[in-house]
Amino acid sequence: MADESSPAVETTDETSTLASPTSPRSPLEAAVSSPLQLDHVGHAGDNSFRGAAYAAAFVVVALVAFVGVFLAVIAWPSLSRNTVPFLTSTVWNVSGTEMAFGIAGLLWTTVLSSVVAMILAVPIAVGTALLVTHYVPPKLGSIIGFVIDLLAAVPSIIFGLWGLKVLGPALGPLYDWLQRTLGWIPLFSKGVDSTGNVLTASVVLAIMILPIVSAMSRDVFRQTPPDHIEAALALGATKWEMIRTAVIPYGRSGVIAASMLGLGRALGETVAVMIILSQTNTPGINVSLFSGGETFASKIANNAAEFDSPAKTGAYIAAGLVLFLVTFAVNAIARLVADRRPRS
Amino acid sequence: MAKRIDVENLDVYYGSFKAVSGVSLVVEPRTVTAFIGPSGCGKSTVLRTLNRMHEVIPGAYATGKVALDGVDLYGAGVDPVAVRRLVGMVFQRPNPFPSMSIYDNVASGLKLNGVRDKSTLDESVESSLRGANLWNEVKDRLNKAGTSLSGGQQQRLCIARAIAVKPEVILMDEPCSALDPISTLAIEDLIQQLKELYTVVIVTHNMQQASRVSDRTAFFNLEAQGLPGQLVEIDDTETIFSNPTKKATEDYITGRFG
Repeated sequence: MADESSPAVETTDETSTLASPTSPRSPLEAAVSSPLQLDHVGHAGDNSFRGAAYAAAFVVVALVAFVGVFLAVIAWPSLSRNTVPFLTSTVWNVSGTEMAFGIAGLLWTTVLSSVVAMILAVPIAVGTALLVTHYVPPKLGSIIGFVIDLLAAVPSIIFGLWGLKVLGPALGPLYDWLQRTLGWIPLFSKGVDSTGNVLTASVVLAIMILPIVSAMSRDVFRQTPPDHIEAALALGATKWEMIRTAVIPYGRSGVIAASMLGLGRALGETVAVMIILSQTNTPGINVSLFSGGETFASKIANNAAEFDSPAKTGAYIAAGLVLFLVTFAVNAIARLVADRRPRS
Repeated sequence: MAKRIDVENLDVYYGSFKAVSGVSLVVEPRTVTAFIGPSGCGKSTVLRTLNRMHEVIPGAYATGKVALDGVDLYGAGVDPVAVRRLVGMVFQRPNPFPSMSIYDNVASGLKLNGVRDKSTLDESVESSLRGANLWNEVKDRLNKAGTSLSGGQQQRLCIARAIAVKPEVILMDEPCSALDPISTLAIEDLIQQLKELYTVVIVTHNMQQASRVSDRTAFFNLEAQGLPGQLVEIDDTETIFSNPTKKATEDYITGRFG
């Protein structure tokens, strides 16, 4: 093979330029023979940018810490005057001199409404994300995605009004049916309110977190390596089998992280929940999905007028602190799950 | 368990672009056929039409005939999913499922076919891994992730996964181009064993590899960029490498191409 590729076979322009060692100052030689410059190049841009980046990062961390410390400091005097166990009591009486406030009821309603919202939203979000990324043509997919994202642009006050006046009454017959058939489960027991109940709030919250969960799921599903998809298809997988073997395992941690972020949003959502949920005077925890109640956020917002003394304010701030910690924990878990790479 | 492939007048399109034109060739059962040719000549595209994997790319379609023992794979009522269960494929880059163990990777095809019986699965996983010359290296760690293996082992794992469903034909799309020489040798040895049971078609850029492993060699070429690729000639590997009929083939295999 070597003898056949003799240099005489073809003489192109390229070879003739390269093979001309006669001119001593060819551009190549000039470049090589110039003195080497290895001294300092000047990193002013590097240094100032690094400083700015560090400063920005520090400000963000400091802000989070500052909010936490602020909540704790203001809440502490009221917490120390509290006459009932803060975490397990359900009473809320902060007007008198004897302060008694506990968050058990708030915690239950907050977590229940948000978790149910997540359970309702995630299957729909994952379903639409799979549809958009793997079933419909990319153009139609981006249109559907855009429409889902539009949901995020609806102000929460609109969602609240719509939930209370339209969705709740519309779902009334379903609520009646659920209470009749599943009423023996405490969660579905007869409640006090047919429209302004926890389940209505959950459905509205589900719609509100749908865009974020769906958008993040779309991103991870779209990034499924083509190698994995082809591996499944080449084994004779149907479309659904391919999605089960390649797409869902790849996207699982991303979907979990998206769900947790959605949960975090639902936990803190205020205005919509405040409008929908009817406040109840029933003592204790309202276990049922069909009762009213208050979440941390709606409790604080409903009583903003009461922030006239440091003691009362402190009690509400203490409730806010718990909400802060719960959302913080949920988001932290979301991050941990999202950062977990597939086994390698 | 090996079938003959007849390709007649195959044209392949990506949307309005004609990628391959007028390919006709025969692959005999229990032989290794190598597809060689410069990049963009359509050899991988033709390979993918043999199990309809080209259809994964939106807008891709083929006209003409590809028959497996006389049955047209593009006939009415033929499900591409069923075709791929008969014609397995191994890809350029090893692609074990990252979320699955070695065992589950090999068993994945059987599970897709509805096999649930544990002892059947165990048996098939062992025989497939033995068939892919991998059993002795992984038998003590079947529950480890498939991606924990070296590149060459991963590729043999993918071959084990492909043969576990007992296909008639195995297609290989540059199976060694991401591997080091020693792993390449292991795969080449394996190809020699596979042809005792299967019909093998392999795309390769490595002409030594084509001459080492294949019985027949098909040379593809394209006249110019933008024109469809064509089959220049197909013959016994020995003939192609020692006494090709066409000038283009001789130029390519002697390195004088282009």
